[in-house]
Amino acid sequence: MSTTPPLLEDDAPQEKQSGRGPFHDPGVDDNRLVVWALRLASALAVPAVIALFFFTVGFLKDDDGNKLLQVLVALLVGVGGVWVLYWGMDRLVGMLPGTLPSALRPYAFVGPAMVLLTFYLVYPVINTTILSLQSNSGDEFVGLDNFQTLFTESRYLISMRNSILWVLVVPVVAVLIGLAMATLADRMSTRWENVSKSLVFMPMAISFVAASVVWTFVYSFRPEGFGEQIGLLNALRGAFDLDPILWLQQAPENNLYLMVILVWLQTGFAMVILSSAIKGVPGELLEAARIDGANEWQVFTKVIVPSIATTMVVVWTTIVITTWKVFDIVWVNTGGDFDTSVVAELMVTEFFVNRANGIGAALAVVLFIAVVPILVLNIKRFREQEDLR
Amino acid sequence: MTTVATEETTEPAFELEPDKEQQPGGGFPVYLAVGIICTLWTIPTLGLLINSFREARSVRASGWWNAFGSFFDSATWTLDNYSTVLAEGFGNAFINTVAVTIPSVVIPITVAAFAAYAFAWMDFPGRNVLFVTVIGLMVVPLQMSLIPILRIYTSLDLNGTFPSVWLAHAGFGLPLAIYLLRNYMGSLPRDIIESAKVDGADHFSTFTRLIIPLSVPALASFAIFQFLWVWNDYLVALVFLGIEPQSRVLTVELGDLAGRGEGALTLLPAAAFVTMILPLVVFFGMQRFFVRGLTAGSVKG
Repeated sequence: MSTTPPLLEDDAPQEKQSGRGPFHDPGVDDNRLVVWALRLASALAVPAVIALFFFTVGFLKDDDGNKLLQVLVALLVGVGGVWVLYWGMDRLVGMLPGTLPSALRPYAFVGPAMVLLTFYLVYPVINTTILSLQSNSGDEFVGLDNFQTLFTESRYLISMRNSILWVLVVPVVAVLIGLAMATLADRMSTRWENVSKSLVFMPMAISFVAASVVWTFVYSFRPEGFGEQIGLLNALRGAFDLDPILWLQQAPENNLYLMVILVWLQTGFAMVILSSAIKGVPGELLEAARIDGANEWQVFTKVIVPSIATTMVVVWTTIVITTWKVFDIVWVNTGGDFDTSVVAELMVTEFFVNRANGIGAALAVVLFIAVVPILVLNIKRFREQEDLR
Repeated sequence: MTTVATEETTEPAFELEPDKEQQPGGGFPVYLAVGIICTLWTIPTLGLLINSFREARSVRASGWWNAFGSFFDSATWTLDNYSTVLAEGFGNAFINTVAVTIPSVVIPITVAAFAAYAFAWMDFPGRNVLFVTVIGLMVVPLQMSLIPILRIYTSLDLNGTFPSVWLAHAGFGLPLAIYLLRNYMGSLPRDIIESAKVDGADHFSTFTRLIIPLSVPALASFAIFQFLWVWNDYLVALVFLGIEPQSRVLTVELGDLAGRGEGALTLLPAAAFVTMILPLVVFFGMQRFFVRGLTAGSVKG
């Protein structure tokens, strides 16, 4: 990446001479190395200009600066400026001789995206993996010691146990309730179907932090003599003469109560996807089953569920990933205390609060390795789809 | 961040034809069951909404359901919580969140649109490898990026600045954006692109004059995803923007308030609704696009 500016400068004079000067050489395409260097230059030119812009315009780095001005500049740059840069790059490439324009143009289009992805995702994956093999201060190579710590010390083991429990419970419950809602609402009048689905879908719009606050007034607890219970559940228990419960402090069941919050958030997603899948089941199929004497339960279990099984798996997988990475709910509600920590939350605590980079990186690697099978599956499925085209 | 999802692009579930095929069995038990689920799903939010309009004293003294006892008594209700919350940091945080969100939505859309066009309609060595990489990156957990990026930001003195968060959100949102847009653009009829070429249009004008206008539904779907994701994000803002009162976003401000315990209890409901209001408006206003995006592709986590 450090070679970008010279490459960029080389690029400019070359295009000016194209078409007339002695440099005009259609045979340049045969020189693969030059072509690839030019391709790289086309890909890196726009990001290099943008990076330069961000570094030279000082006030963007000033937190006390006028925010709205910053946003305005960002929009001007992010939309207008970037657009102009792409356009300029396109013209520049277009002026090159021979088949060079069509050989370079795709890279000018794809390049900026690839630079962002490399910087924010590809490089970090490699770097975090290396950090996970180093000591917490980063000055010593320790091999797999960090991972050994993770798999022996109880606080890490508890977080992994909890994460696994979350993944086992939340997606299944969300899919089941979502399926029930989708199936039942399908049998209501259009108006009531839309109203009821909107109500269940609504939590999808709010943040995990806000959701945690919403549930504060469900789980709130007050000891005897400190006033009325203002939490819904403890008030209900009071109405039945039962003692109030410290819902979020009593391990291990507090984990379940935290999971309820995520189920509440994710069921709407499952419902919407499954609902559209159910509506895609051919009516003739249902009709045929009914004529054969199947009752509604049999239609559901023998016709509808098998038809939407693939979609159910996809929805389940998506919620598994969300659940595996859950951070905010635990962080805001308990801060990982009372044996409620999960891997994604403990990772942030370790590196951000405890400044333990090695352990933090190792926890991130654990998070990553667990999703690698899904990553491979996604790529495989893409390949199959492409073959069908 | 994502899974590749269903292939079928069914019509949005919320926009049903009036003459939809009526399934039998829509009797009382069905309405009862759906009613129970809806009640369970709505009560927590409803309680919070009621508490946000109650006197601080009564929020502390009794549960929100007590407000029903004096529902028509004007002394029950107040807007004080909202004005207190807005004056105490949430007004500032609201502006910060807008400042973070708008560029974080716009930048990845622009960058992804160009890349998606190239992936869909241009032939070049390395195309498949690069696109498969994009698909692979969709599920990489955010946590993998935090330490390395924070280190780079610290060494460049970029920590706590808005551009650092914009670009981070752009980077994290790109795989899904490219994937969704490429699939959509690739499904546009080949004839249109061919005939544009015959008319002498080059790639750039085909892209800007033809593909972008035709891709508005897909662009809107992703814009809503990314908007909700960035607006509701807590982790990225916490790590890269920090907890300085000056630069806090709404979620960080709310997380801080929630961490103060009983003392802040009376302000929490109003504060939560301040953070929720815009996403709820966008969500219900653009539900059509959102649902279409969900069913067409995938969702971020």
